[in-house]
Amino acid sequence: MINKNKVVQGIVFTIIGIFTLITIAILLAILFHIVVNGIQGIKLSFIIEYPEDMGKSGGIFPVIVGTIYITILAVVIAAPVGVLAAIYLTEYAKKGKVLSLIRFGTETLAGIPSIIYGLFGFAFFVIALGFRWSILSGALTLSIMILPTIIRTSEEAIKTVPMSFREGSLALGATKWQTIAKVVIPPAMPGILTGVILGVGRAIGETAAVLLTAGSSLNLPTSIFSPARTMAVHLYILSSEGLSKINSYATATLLIVIVLIINTCANMIIRRYNKILGH
Amino acid sequence: MLKKNRLIELILLLAAAVSVISVLLITVFIFKEGFSIIKEYGLFNFILGTKWAPLSGKFGILPMIIGSVYVTLGAIVIGVPIGIATAIFLGELVNEKVARLIRPFVELLAGIPSVVYGFYGLVVIVPLIRKMFGGSGFSVLASSIILGIMILPTIINISEVSIRSVPKEYKEGSLALGANHWQTIKGVILPAARSGIIASIILGMGRAIGETMAVIMVAGNSPKIPTGIFDQVRTLTGNIAIEMGYASGKHAQALFATGIVLFVIIMILNTIANVIARRVGEER
Repeated sequence: MINKNKVVQGIVFTIIGIFTLITIAILLAILFHIVVNGIQGIKLSFIIEYPEDMGKSGGIFPVIVGTIYITILAVVIAAPVGVLAAIYLTEYAKKGKVLSLIRFGTETLAGIPSIIYGLFGFAFFVIALGFRWSILSGALTLSIMILPTIIRTSEEAIKTVPMSFREGSLALGATKWQTIAKVVIPPAMPGILTGVILGVGRAIGETAAVLLTAGSSLNLPTSIFSPARTMAVHLYILSSEGLSKINSYATATLLIVIVLIINTCANMIIRRYNKILGH
Repeated sequence: MLKKNRLIELILLLAAAVSVISVLLITVFIFKEGFSIIKEYGLFNFILGTKWAPLSGKFGILPMIIGSVYVTLGAIVIGVPIGIATAIFLGELVNEKVARLIRPFVELLAGIPSVVYGFYGLVVIVPLIRKMFGGSGFSVLASSIILGIMILPTIINISEVSIRSVPKEYKEGSLALGANHWQTIKGVILPAARSGIIASIILGMGRAIGETMAVIMVAGNSPKIPTGIFDQVRTLTGNIAIEMGYASGKHAQALFATGIVLFVIIMILNTIANVIARRVGEER
């Protein structure tokens, strides 16, 4: 009897182990396949040259520039709003209707699919506000998308700052805002930065929302009112229209490498930060 | 001084209100653009119509609703067993050191952009299905596989947290009564973590239904009701993404109306998941 239970447990645990290996194997298979096929296409010329023939050959310089512009602008808009919102939620808001309304808003934003953001950005920024297909429209749309990530991570970071810090500062006669700006935020900064970096990651990888709001122009953007194509959109167009396999793989590889770097940075910051706070 | 503090608080409140205002704006604009066609065409004709031919004025989105349901169910069939097994593995079977080695893989899975998943599906999964089963390869199956992979992190992370948050006493009690580890997991830990696991599945469904790029790259996108897993399929998200680029007039309105249907489905799923998740919080 005992043996039978042991056998069952052995079988089930083996299956669970295999399933876990499948999870890891899937990730490795995807990374391996794309990087192995893409690495040969990534040369300096691919990064600094203009595309030719709709991207069939040549490089992706304008696409890289477009990606950087849109991502940076999205983060520049979203980071201050997100961090201030997190400060309000953790330091000022009292339990009640306002707080639960704001929580509901943030949760809802996090759940809305990117294509809906795209539709909204198109109707609101592109048409209603007249920004047209542009870096500005794309960045504004993305900034709303990444807001929940930044708010949540910043909130967590601010919450981990010990109460005694605040009490000490207030006891010394500092105002609430002085306490927040000089005592609470500095130790929470690495956590906040992590949220911002994760936001960058999400913005870089986003496709559907950008396609509908920033367009897919291959010209080098000259201002925030220029249309632009991001790397994610470029990968979609290249591969779905069958324009160039080599350049698709190369673009996908660049995207993956960027995501890897971003994740590693975020993890390193979290780890160092946890060490400092003694978790 | 007091005035300055008030001003600061007001600015902070405004920043916090941005998310609420955004939700309002998104809702208003999607409905404003899409509602008139639903009114004109009739809600039932719109969501139960089986013919989507926007250029000849036919706006039935039933094929897309059914398409979204099929690929979502397929994703659940593939993603849930693997996801929950991985969550059990991380939360129960290995110590924190090993779990910490594996978790970055899951995080990376969550970090890969959806267009890269779609690309992988296009160059690997679709040709594989074509080779093994014939047909074009663009299919419900290909979409389900890619979506099943994409929802893994959601299911693993939330399930693992809920498995970990089961009080140690439950486990110790069960083991003390002579149950072995698997019996304890099956009889005590999983039932206690049930709500969180269900919430993770519902959020995974939300993610699958809302996913756009990965699906349109592997689904084939023909707007007909699929009759088997090797048939082409078009989802609600795909309907919007594929045609928005060139649509105008009523056609564009019908795409916004598709967005309304999608939005309502997602809101319902998220509300259910949040209610369940909140109940877990209250039970503990």
